[in-house]
Amino acid sequence: MRVYLDNNATTIVDPYVFETMAPYFCEMYGNPNSLHEFGSETHPALRCAMDQLYTGINANDNDDIVVTSCATESINWVIKGIYFDHIFNGDKNHIITTEVEHPAVIQACRFLETLGVKVTYLPVNSDGIIELDTLRESITQETALVSIMWANNETGMIFPIEEIGKICKEKDVLFHTDATQAIGKVPVDVQKTNIDYLSFSAHKFHGPKGVGALYIKEDKIITSLLSGGEQMSGLRSGTLNVPGIVGMGKAMELAVENLDFEKSNVMKLRDRLEDELLKIPDTFVVGTKKQRTPNTILISIKGIEGEAMLWDLNKAGIAASTGSACASEALESNPVMEAIGAEADLAHTALRLSLSRFTTNEEIDYTIDIINKAVKRLRAISSTYSYAPDWHNSKL
Amino acid sequence: MGKNNLIGGSIWEEYSQKVQDLMNNPQNMGEITEEQAKEMGAKLIVADFGAESCGDAVRLYWAVDEKTDKILDAKFKSFGCGTAIASSDTMAELCKGKTVDEAVKITNIDVEKAMRDNPDTPAVPPQKMHCSVMAYDVIKEAAASYKGVDSSSFEDQIIVCECARVSLGTIKEVIKLNDLKTVEQITDFTKAGAFCKSCIKPGGHEEREYYLVDILKETREEMEQNKLTALADAKTAESGEFGFEDLTMVQKLKKVEKIIDDNIREMLIMDGGNLEIVDIRDTDDGYTDIYIRYLGACSGCASSSTGTLYAIEAILREKLSQNIRVLPI
Repeated sequence: MRVYLDNNATTIVDPYVFETMAPYFCEMYGNPNSLHEFGSETHPALRCAMDQLYTGINANDNDDIVVTSCATESINWVIKGIYFDHIFNGDKNHIITTEVEHPAVIQACRFLETLGVKVTYLPVNSDGIIELDTLRESITQETALVSIMWANNETGMIFPIEEIGKICKEKDVLFHTDATQAIGKVPVDVQKTNIDYLSFSAHKFHGPKGVGALYIKEDKIITSLLSGGEQMSGLRSGTLNVPGIVGMGKAMELAVENLDFEKSNVMKLRDRLEDELLKIPDTFVVGTKKQRTPNTILISIKGIEGEAMLWDLNKAGIAASTGSACASEALESNPVMEAIGAEADLAHTALRLSLSRFTTNEEIDYTIDIINKAVKRLRAISSTYSYAPDWHNSKL
Repeated sequence: MGKNNLIGGSIWEEYSQKVQDLMNNPQNMGEITEEQAKEMGAKLIVADFGAESCGDAVRLYWAVDEKTDKILDAKFKSFGCGTAIASSDTMAELCKGKTVDEAVKITNIDVEKAMRDNPDTPAVPPQKMHCSVMAYDVIKEAAASYKGVDSSSFEDQIIVCECARVSLGTIKEVIKLNDLKTVEQITDFTKAGAFCKSCIKPGGHEEREYYLVDILKETREEMEQNKLTALADAKTAESGEFGFEDLTMVQKLKKVEKIIDDNIREMLIMDGGNLEIVDIRDTDDGYTDIYIRYLGACSGCASSSTGTLYAIEAILREKLSQNIRVLPI
């Protein structure tokens, strides 16, 4: 059996999405900007996709949803674009973000720091959430941008985006949110919330890889980073990725349609998995179920290093993820685990399981069984965890 | 960078088959109890290294025959990734049958080499080398415990990186053994500096007594010094057999001065003159140019730029090297 529980890393392309994309490789392959039928026959599908995207996040027709290559590009565009438009000219010199953002945000900010920009990285509590008062106090006259994720990729914790939006409006500061982990998991409405920029990526909600978008509120246009032709109103040059855009549109439509399913069925499976795993002694999960995206569990299993756990799971065909430094190419511990800092061990024992609407009951049963077996094997090897011998009445 | 580094996520593909097999089925995993040690007529040694909060921890059990100092059996337990388990297992295997003194000589490199499928391909990717370093450290702990030596009293045991509990001695040794040239390499090999990064250089999370940048600089200097000393010793031992060209400038100058003192200066003094060496330089085309200044009667003497000069040059060439040129200034 093969079980895919790493949906916060990427997802299976929904077969309906794939079907929608298929004609735009070998049949309708024209360049949409060309003046001939090969080009123009792609237009209906592209318009449909843009409709699906605008509806999906409830964007106003005067706003822009600019298609990019991925959320990392969208994020870099916002942060560096704000630098060119509001910091380089001397108006402002400060950006606020959090310690638990995706590396795209953190590294783009670190880069701006080398250019002299001041960056505040807001700390998080043991649940992985920022304090709103700290955010309020951090905003100054110098602040050009607040960039805070909608939901965290490691913990699934949902940030209070509505309140953050209000604070930014109050203080008249631009607000960007990285919604990569939110689309398809929680309702995302850019009119209900004060959001100036919003980034996402299709492959996190059963769309294809290599396509993402940046939502830009009306009148909040930023300098383009990709100069070239006049595609996307000149905001992001480069020949349109027709099958990618068509696929992302369809994926968005399905993601919104399935929000209720996500909240009921996926969450139910997640909760069952979580409850069963918490029966294993000396385990804990970061954050309460309610505060999290419905598909994510970040569990610490004492005495078992994350990569060793992944190894055993992979042998049994189960895909998961860990924040452990040992599993990182650079041998660096995951800053999210460090920032949460609830237990020092978390940085080494964290196991992330992320479900999707394609996860089945049987897969969860199998996973519970395999994780229990792996815990038994690896705790027997572990020098930092010992089972009480059977004859110990104290169970200590 | 380059073709092989552009697509990531391949650390598992770089594990040798031996490492993978040991991760799946460690051979020496477990404990040795007091009773089991007694049955073997051996002394039980239990040593710990690392801690769970550091990401790696290993416990080593030895049953040692006190008459012969021989390790009769070795077992381990490990909190760590797969390669930590495989390294600890290999380390325990290597200990078996050796005396305690022999076991202390097992290095992280021995452990890593023992896990290779073929001698030329590393058993683990570079960032996983630290796992075998820890296997090496726990042996020293066990040996210290067996010999009743307090390991903390060693200068070696100054902890430079608290997060990964890496000692000054380990860092210096790893630098020397593996000829490490950067702080990043030290981190790859020992894990020092991989966590809070305070110990890399001043200005980090917390103030430290030792920093990796300084240790690296000092150890490299020490290595360079040792190399020079070894070279000089070798030359003294077989002096004369070494080519003049191989000597350092200082050594060349000394040789030249000695020849001049022994063979030339007295003759010049007899004629009321003398010379001093102003400079000595190696040229790009392979010559050693010796710049001299004539003193007394020699300066201004017609012969000083002809016959006398040729004679001086001829003596130096004969005694030291054909590539010497003497240039009066």
